[in-house]
Parts: sequence; C-alpha cells; structure tokens
Amino acid sequence: MSGRAFILPSCQGLRDLLRLIKVMLMETPDETLASAAAGGDRDAFALLVERHYDRIYGLAYRLIGLRAEAQDLAQDICAALPVKLRHWRGEARFTTWLYRVVMNAAHDLRRRQATHAKAASGWGDWEIARQDEIKVQAEAQDWLAQSMARLSVELRDTVALVLGEEMTQAEAGLVLGVSEGTVAWRMSEVKKRLRAMAEEAR
Amino acid sequence: MSDELDALKAALRAVPAPDPAAKAVAMRLARENFDRLQGSTEVMRPKQDRPVKAGILQRGLAMLNALKMKPILAATTSVAALLVGFVVILPLSGKGPMEEARGNKPIAQVDAPAELTVPDALPEPMLQTQNDTTEAKPAPQVSEAEAPAKAEAKAKADKQAKTDADVAADAAQTATLAEPEAVTRDEQAIAPAPMPTGRAVAKMAADSYAAEPAASMPVMEPAPLPQPNTETFANADANPVKVTTEEPVSTFSIDVDTASYATVRSSLNAGYLPDPAAVRIEEMVNYFPYAYPKPQGDQAFRPTITVMPTPWNPNTRLVNIAIQGAVPQVDNRPPLNLVFLVDTSGSMEDANKLPLLKQSLGLMLGQLRSEDQVAVVAYAGSAGEVLPPTKASDTAAIMAALDQLSAGGSTAGAQGLELAYQVADSMKAEGEVSRVLLATDGDFNVGIDDPEALKDFIAKKRESGVYLSVLGFGRGNLDDATMQALAQNGNGTASYIDTLNEARKVLVDQVTGALYPIADNVKIQVEWNPAQVAEYRLIGYETRALAREDFNNDKVDAGDIGAGTAVTAIYEVTAPGSAALRNDPLRYGSAKAPEGSSELGYLRLRSVAPGGKDSALQETPIVPGMPVTDETRFAAAIAGFGQLLTDTKYLGAWGWDQAIDLALASRGADEFGYRIEAVNLMRTAKALSQR
Repeated sequence: MSGRAFILPSCQGLRDLLRLIKVMLMETPDETLASAAAGGDRDAFALLVERHYDRIYGLAYRLIGLRAEAQDLAQDICAALPVKLRHWRGEARFTTWLYRVVMNAAHDLRRRQATHAKAASGWGDWEIARQDEIKVQAEAQDWLAQSMARLSVELRDTVALVLGEEMTQAEAGLVLGVSEGTVAWRMSEVKKRLRAMAEEAR
Repeated sequence: MSDELDALKAALRAVPAPDPAAKAVAMRLARENFDRLQGSTEVMRPKQDRPVKAGILQRGLAMLNALKMKPILAATTSVAALLVGFVVILPLSGKGPMEEARGNKPIAQVDAPAELTVPDALPEPMLQTQNDTTEAKPAPQVSEAEAPAKAEAKAKADKQAKTDADVAADAAQTATLAEPEAVTRDEQAIAPAPMPTGRAVAKMAADSYAAEPAASMPVMEPAPLPQPNTETFANADANPVKVTTEEPVSTFSIDVDTASYATVRSSLNAGYLPDPAAVRIEEMVNYFPYAYPKPQGDQAFRPTITVMPTPWNPNTRLVNIAIQGAVPQVDNRPPLNLVFLVDTSGSMEDANKLPLLKQSLGLMLGQLRSEDQVAVVAYAGSAGEVLPPTKASDTAAIMAALDQLSAGGSTAGAQGLELAYQVADSMKAEGEVSRVLLATDGDFNVGIDDPEALKDFIAKKRESGVYLSVLGFGRGNLDDATMQALAQNGNGTASYIDTLNEARKVLVDQVTGALYPIADNVKIQVEWNPAQVAEYRLIGYETRALAREDFNNDKVDAGDIGAGTAVTAIYEVTAPGSAALRNDPLRYGSAKAPEGSSELGYLRLRSVAPGGKDSALQETPIVPGMPVTDETRFAAAIAGFGQLLTDTKYLGAWGWDQAIDLALASRGADEFGYRIEAVNLMRTAKALSQR
C-alpha cells in the first residue's frame, strides 16, 4: 500500500475518512509504515514513532540504567530518526533495525561519556567529576548497578536484548551483528558471572 | 541455579515508565525534524554528535574558562594583542574517537614555510619509543623585536596531533583559543614568543599514537615518559657447565617451538641484532627439518645419538640427541578440527599481521581434506564466532569469513579463548584431533587480571584433548613470554610468522605434522657416566628444565611431538683429564669416577601416547660410533649461531666466519632453502655485530 495517498487529503470532508484510515494504519505492519515514512509520509512517520517510542526508551533504559539519560537518548534518537529512516531499505524487520539504531546511539553515548570523563579528569576538576560520580552512583543504586555494572559492555548489550526485550538469541544476534553462537556463549558467560557475584555476596 | 538470571530479568523488565512530557517532546522533535527534512537533505544529528574537529576548539574555550591562572591569561592576551607569528601546537583530531584509539602506523609529516625552523620530523615511534616529545622552537630572532620570553611549546606526539598554526596569523580570536592549549601542555612555558616576521605557519601532522588509548590524554600531563618497547621474551640464563660427579642427571622437556628463530630472523632483517633474551637456542636448532633416521614399525619416534667433535672446542665433544617423530600415513590421519582464534585488535592491521594471517590460512586450506573442519573466532574487545564449524572443502565460505575480519578494538584474549575452546569442544568427535590456533601479535593480557589463571585455564582444557598452538605475528608488541607459556600449557607449539614463506612452513608443510600429535609429554633425562664425562653443558632448553624427580611424574607436563617433526638437543661434554675442564676437582669430594663402561651416558625418554594416561619409558645408552652427518653438523652450526647471539663465553675464538663456513659446508640438499637462509642471516648478524 502506498503511504503517499494519506498526506494529500486537505478537503474538510475527508478528515473523518482520514481518521478512519489512521485507525486502520494501526494495524499496518511497521515495515510498510517505515517505507512510507522514508518516502515522506509524515503521518506514517508520526505513527511509527508513537508506536515505538516506548520500545526505544525501554531499550535505552536497559542499556544505560538511568531514567533521565534514557529519556534524553530516546529524544536524540527520535530527533535523528527522520534522517536514519532514509537508510531504511526494508531488508530487516523494522524492530531489528530500530534496536540496532538504539544500540548504536547508546554506544555513541558511552563513547562520548568516556571522552568527556577523560577530558575532565585531565583538567583536574576532579571535584566536579567526583560530585557527578556520587550522584550517578546514588541514582544507579536503585537499579541493578550492582550486577549490571560489573558485566562488560558486550554482555550488558546482550542481556538487555535477550532478557530485557525477550528476544531469541538469533534475533539478538541480528541486532548485535554477531552469530547466534556468540550470543549463546555470552549468555552462558552472564550466568557464570552472576553466579560468581552471588557467591561473593554470600 | 538460574535464580540470579531470573532476578536480573525481572529487574530488566521493570522499566520505569517514561515521563509523558519527555515522550511528547521527543515525538514533537521527531515530527519537526521529519518535516524539516522534507525540505533539506542535510544530515541531522544530535547536538553532542558534533564533528570531532570542533571539539578541540571548544575544549580550548573550556580551558580558558576553567583555568583562571593569571600567567596564562596574560600570555594569551598578549598573543591576541601582538598578533604576531608564533608556533602553536594544536592537536586537532581529524578522526573520530574510535579511530583514535586504534594503533595506526605513525606517519610523521612536517610542512613548513621557509621562515620558520620547524623541529625535525617526528621520530618514527614504531622503531624505538612510542612517546616522543616534539619541541617546537620559534625561529631565530632576526629583527628588533625583543621577545619578552622564549616559548617552548612542547607538544606530545603521543596522540594523533595534527598541528596547525595557521591560526596565529589569521585570526586573533582563534589564536586566543589555540594558545592555552599549547601553553598548558608545558607548565614551563612562560609566554609565547612574538616573532618579528608576520607570518609563521607551521603545519605538523603527527599521526602517532600511543599504544594504549588511555595514554592519549590531551592535557595537563607531566612530561611524557618514553614508553618502553612492550615486547617481552621468555628466557633464563644460559645453562652452566655442570660437574658430572656432583649432578650426573640432566632432565628437560622437549621443545618443538620455533618462534625464537623467526624472531631472530625478523630482527636481523630489520637491521639490528636480536635481544639476547629473544634467542632460545633450542628453538633455533629445531626450526630446521633434519633427515634423521625414521622410526620403524609402530614406534612413535626414534632417538638417534651422535657424538661429534665440538666445532668451537677441540677438547670437548658434542652429543647430539635427535628424536625423529614418525610420519603417519597421511591417508589415515584422523580428521582435524581447527579453530582459528584470531586477534583482531587494532594493532593487527599492519600488512605483516592480519593480512598475512589471512593469506597464510588461505594457503593452508588447500592442504586440508574435506572431512576436516574449520571454525574462526575473533577476539577484539568482544569475542565472536566469525565462522561456525565448516567443512574444509567449503573454501568459499571460509575465505569469505576470513575476508570479513578486520582489525579494530582492544584485546581481551581470555574471552575469545573460552569461546574458541567451546567451539572446539562442539566440533569434537571420537578419534578426531581438535586444535585451537591462536593468532596474535601479543598484548594478550589486556583486560585479564591474572595471566596465571589464564594458563591454568589452558592447562585444564588440555586435559579435555583440545590442543593449543600460538602463531605470533608482527613485532613491537609481541608478548613472546605469554605466547610461550600459553603454548606450553596448551600442549602446543608457538611459532612466529613473519613472511608468507614462514606461514607455508608452519601451517602448510606441517599441517599433517605439528597439528597432529604423535607423542605427548616427551621428557628427556640423561644420566652421564663420570668415567667418560667429567663436565657437561646442555645448549639451550633453559626454559624447559625439569627437576630430576619430575621425569617419572606424569603429572608434570612437558612438550609434545607432532607427526614427522624432529627435535634436537645438544650437549657439550668434556672428558675427564681434558684440557677444557672448567671446574677443578674437589679436594674433599669423595665421589670417584667408576672405571669400566665406555658409555658416555644413558638416555631415558618418557612419553605419553596422544590421549593416553600413563607414560612409556624408552632407554638407550649414549655411545660414540654413529657417523657424523651433515644434519648433526648443521645443528651444531646453528647452536653456535645461537650462542654467538647470546653468550660467547664457551666459544673461544670461534666466530661468525667459522659458523658460516660450517653451516655452508653442512647445508645438504636444503630443499626449501631454510638452511641457506640461515647462512645469510649469519652474514647479516656478522655485519651488524662488527658495527
């Protein structure tokens, strides 16, 4: 179905019809909406973002662990989504594609944070850094920081997808760009680490 | 058991609802951008994702704000006011942080107009040190301008520093931004030097990296320390001469590694004598194929003992103990399961590393049979299975997987190793040989707290029947000691691959040999007869020495022999009463040499059949009489070569010329040219040692 038709109606009488069509659009597959949005259909785009905002935010939260930062990241992703969609080729499921976008954005964020931390520590304004750290730690404590923070970045990404998003290992592999076997191995690694941490705590 | 996992899952599923306001803002922003995009194709990115290039200027501003130090403020203002040329070292990162973290081959380039003396081109950090200090000095003062102070803008070249001083002449504003960067790099800097000539432009692109990304701290660091070469080598002091009456028994593990020879070769070819610590004589001797008598019947290997005059000492003799492994019927060899564990860390991207590895593996594939299986696991920051177990006949898939490998990231060896062993375990079937081949340029321990734990891990895996071989690539970062330790603990060999030719030797010619063990845990024990041998000295094998009682203890691990490989051990022995004795007899010593036997000594060999549990003992008396062949003479020449590179104290006047002559004379058929290559290396070494 072509999405282009839906941006044209401007006559007053068609408003109701449009609303009806929008309701129908709710059932439209993501992939179709994405293609329409990539072709310039703003309603399709709006619907797509509406439908997936929670997903974007959810994964961002699972990756970062801080509500405010996850919201900021979700906002950045939404803002960049129109451009990103231009690269949408319909080769993967939309959600897989979207997860990849979120994943990459989270990686970028981590990298920026690392760079900032580096620059800051070089500047000797360690007091600021220290205050930040205290704040972050306090916030993180009510999350899983105790366990998640001790997993490596790769393991965290994998856990966020497999446990958090309840993906199969194959799907997670698609998003992460690694083989299913690697995901399986990472998950067994996570189990091992968690057990070790639990034993430590005892 | 998976309580922890369930708990983690529950916590992960419980995502706090997003703030509706935040959601609304995000969605509005998305729609606005969408609409805007319909009119323009400009790429929109989140604000923080600004081009990296801009970062440095902003940081400069931030510095200005953060640093309220008066002298620096004064300095910068003076620059702005005077608006005269000076040299600014301003690192401008042209690459993203990821590329920055990668170790690249440094390119040093200086491009400056005539008025300005620009310091020498940055030294090539690969050669000696990675951190160099570049001093940017102003040009000689030629006119009336009394420079209030001389500036020494010291810039560290340890990060990718693209320096651009155009700013100085072009815009005062830019200069104020740029200057603190240059000044704060060196607290000694007093003030920038105003230069008489109006325009001084220095462009320096110093594309050098510290080996560690963490070392690329841009600002406020103490003067950079030269970073030591990170190559480490395993070696011990040369075996001393031992007195037979005091210590009649010499015990060691065989060593089939050849890494040391290739390291020596690569050093010599690069124009410098190898670090003596990098020279392990037994590995040099064992590098070469020798035509020793082949085992007969069901024998796994056959020892041949030759006694010959010592080339460097007329009063001593060499006892050459050669152990030749059987060459099994190639048709009957069990299927091989090979897991290539490839280091794809950033430092691997040099032409003589990852690309060479790909070529080497390509060469090797042709030698495998269709029932053999190949898997590829990469490690670099994260571990991943690049190629699931694939029949060796599916060359297209394997080569495609290899082509996908690209260098980047940091190294976390242990994770990859675990995955590789897991893959190898999954490929294992009854009667098959599984082996993990680790290809790395060193730096194996990044991210691993405890190398000992890693060794333990490998040793444990060894018992499961999966072997480990280590292939070393490239120089400068090579962790020879770790390579050696890992291979030894994993019942494997460590080889160093520097050329495609070497890759052929290690991987192709030996695919049926080194990869297919015929005897495990091979230990050698020699008991010398004091009546015939007053003193003895084992040449090489310093890192392989075993305690006497370890010989009969099967729990103590030792080296393994692959099919068709030969191992040579050389003793230099001195007869009682010889002029060459180095130790005087003890005045109060009671041990009198018994008379009678003409045996020089007694050789005991212990080995375990692959996969077996208990060792078998093989014994042979050491008697002179075997004809001296070119093989043993050549081995002696290489032993001499190794000693010339390490410690010449036992060689007397015997030098490079004699070693070259001996090696040339005993070259034999030398089908693959390995021996003539050694002769040429000796010539190079001779020239280098005379400098």
